[in-house]
Amino acid sequence: MQYLTLAETAFVEAAVDTLIPADEAGPGALELGVTNFVDRQMAGAHGQGARLYLKGPFPEATPQQGYQLPYTPAALLRAGIADADAWCQAAYNNPFAALEPTQRIAALTEIEAGRAQFATVPASAFFTLLLQLTKEGFFADPIHGGNRGKQAWQMIGFPGVGGSYADKIAPYRNKPCSVLPQGIEDIAR
Amino acid sequence: MTTKRAPVDIVIVGLGWCGGIIAQQLAETGLKIVALERGPERAADAQDPEPHDELRFNIRNELMLDTTSETLTFRNHPGQTALPMRQLGSFMLGQGVGGAGVTWNGITQRWSEWDHAPRSAIIAEHGEAAIPEDMTVADWGVSYQELEPYYDRFEQTCATSGKAGNLRGRKIEGGNVFEGPRSNEYPLPPMEQTQSMVLFEQATKALGYHPFPQPASNASRAHTTPDGIQYGACTYCGFCDRSACQVNAKASPHFTVIPLAGRNPNFELRARCQVLKVNLDRGGERATGVTYRDPDGNEVEQPAELVILSAYGLHNVHLMLLSGIGRPYDPASNTGVVGRNYAYQVSGGATMFFDETTYLHPYMGSGGVGMAIDDFNAGNFDAAKAGFIGGGTIFNRQTGARPIDFHPTPSGTPAWGSAWKRAVIDSYQRVTGLNAPGSVMPYRQNYLDLDPTYTDAFGRPLLRMTFDFQPNEMRVANFQADRAVEIGRAMGAVRVERRVSQQPYSIIPYQTTHNTGGSIMGTDPTTSAVNRYLQVWDVPNVFVAGASVLPQNAGRAPTPPVAALAYWTAEAIRERYLKKPGPLVPV
Repeated sequence: MQYLTLAETAFVEAAVDTLIPADEAGPGALELGVTNFVDRQMAGAHGQGARLYLKGPFPEATPQQGYQLPYTPAALLRAGIADADAWCQAAYNNPFAALEPTQRIAALTEIEAGRAQFATVPASAFFTLLLQLTKEGFFADPIHGGNRGKQAWQMIGFPGVGGSYADKIAPYRNKPCSVLPQGIEDIAR
Repeated sequence: MTTKRAPVDIVIVGLGWCGGIIAQQLAETGLKIVALERGPERAADAQDPEPHDELRFNIRNELMLDTTSETLTFRNHPGQTALPMRQLGSFMLGQGVGGAGVTWNGITQRWSEWDHAPRSAIIAEHGEAAIPEDMTVADWGVSYQELEPYYDRFEQTCATSGKAGNLRGRKIEGGNVFEGPRSNEYPLPPMEQTQSMVLFEQATKALGYHPFPQPASNASRAHTTPDGIQYGACTYCGFCDRSACQVNAKASPHFTVIPLAGRNPNFELRARCQVLKVNLDRGGERATGVTYRDPDGNEVEQPAELVILSAYGLHNVHLMLLSGIGRPYDPASNTGVVGRNYAYQVSGGATMFFDETTYLHPYMGSGGVGMAIDDFNAGNFDAAKAGFIGGGTIFNRQTGARPIDFHPTPSGTPAWGSAWKRAVIDSYQRVTGLNAPGSVMPYRQNYLDLDPTYTDAFGRPLLRMTFDFQPNEMRVANFQADRAVEIGRAMGAVRVERRVSQQPYSIIPYQTTHNTGGSIMGTDPTTSAVNRYLQVWDVPNVFVAGASVLPQNAGRAPTPPVAALAYWTAEAIRERYLKKPGPLVPV
């Protein structure tokens, strides 16, 4: 891992597995490499606050005014994981990664709703970041480390990049059309 | 230390559609022109080397303005403290050669005759008492008829695909019968309609409306324009918005008007040059040039006889306020001109889920392909009876279905877990939406000025936006959403979910990059910043082009009128101003 510590990696693995689990519909975020995606994003420009205006002051904001915390995404994730594990330790006598599946769902529900008491960052802002990163890693091009084997695209029927449909719209109107997904690495070959 | 460059005749600030059109039109004069663009250069030849990548371009917005360089502060009303827009959200600010013209969708519907003179139209229809005291709605001072040749010119440049509904006064079924008279048919036939658009067309016809293919500057076939610009045929790859086109099928300034300007040796483009302010003479009545930051971080003064502000509309207003061009607007006394009449668009619509026998292939699409009705746009129906001023287009589009952003689920579905995953998989291939951009009238309490606290990377005060949707606009949105729900049911959807803009307006979710006003055109120097030729009343050697000159917003995309006005002002400069510099309209 480039950014996440061992304990943070365990947290992210358990969290993404709970947010998008493996089930009869197909593999989940853990199997598709979303932990790896999250690590690379946090180590990279996005995690380090590229394109995020971070000048103060940081007074109380209305909900309409958007993100107003003095943290880069990577810093928010790190602080949030520490807060979440401390809260889980108090509530369940274990860090998040050591919880049973039903406890994990209950814990994330409390964090999402902002009912879990966090020491440093707002629980709901942390959850928003965590869920967004998980869905990004699940659905992004595999070149970014998640969506292994384009399996998320296969599950929904998204054909990926490099498609050309000018001659397919009319013949396939309201008819099934299966296209094998292509990623950036496929079209670069 | 500031370096001073050799004087030039004309300096153009910002090189998107407006700057590009004006550069092309003025370069032919032989005058020395320098265009300054804050973002990077972009090669004009087709085959963009960057592969499409939803994460990089649609989610991280890599082609857009970096908020750490410049952004704005926002609040809903003057009683609040404005706070920085720390990341892009509600709208996408373009940058780079071609500007937002590189990353737009290409929707190219002209504005109507009503939209050019709404104040007169409202008074004629409902009487002056129908206009609320705080609504500062204004006529442009330029009529649709005057602008028609320039709309036509823009469509020719863009290889726009569509079908006329009013050719020189003759109404044509299948086109938009509500549009103003056109001198010419669109350069290219309409795009291929998808299954959802076929359903929309059938449903709206059955309801007695007048559907038409949405005009799109996505070339429906390969084409060469009269100017020799070459277009590839659209592949419907589904990656128009926020991305560059890989086959030059989506019209963009970077391979059209800008290279045409560049054929003239008297035209010079300087990319990665951030204009910091316009310099005025001691009396403040004449611009002497601009000061900018070059790619190496040095401050450079560029003297010029004529200054064209053609940055994104919000940044035109920012530069005017920073430079002392025009009197800043004061909402308390309703005096001053720069910053007034800021408007946006409201939205009503519906999300429709179809049964498992329906195949929509949502990923086959383009930015502009769509089917629309204009039956509920301003001037086309009895808005007074509906209880508001304004209206909007209602359309079905298929812009692509990139899954990080597009994975709709029925309301009530959890946001995560197995139930969410199941709902995403079940819905993805058989969900579509109806969108209805609604007009937004201007109000005293919606305006732009300079922020007292926050600064950009160059140390300048940020622009401050004070804006909320007003009751009239929420009535527009709710009316549009009701119509969208009726159409959605008539299309045969098994589940139709109604959507309207959040009120208070939020800076967080993407809504539209249709910000208008702030340096509006008009006929009265006490209520407008620029005259009908987009010339600053107070500083006649500065012209302003962009959506900032539109006095209010309509229920359709503003690129066509903004581009038509750029052709209009370029002609006025070339044929009149350059021959006799001075005010084109007596004060």
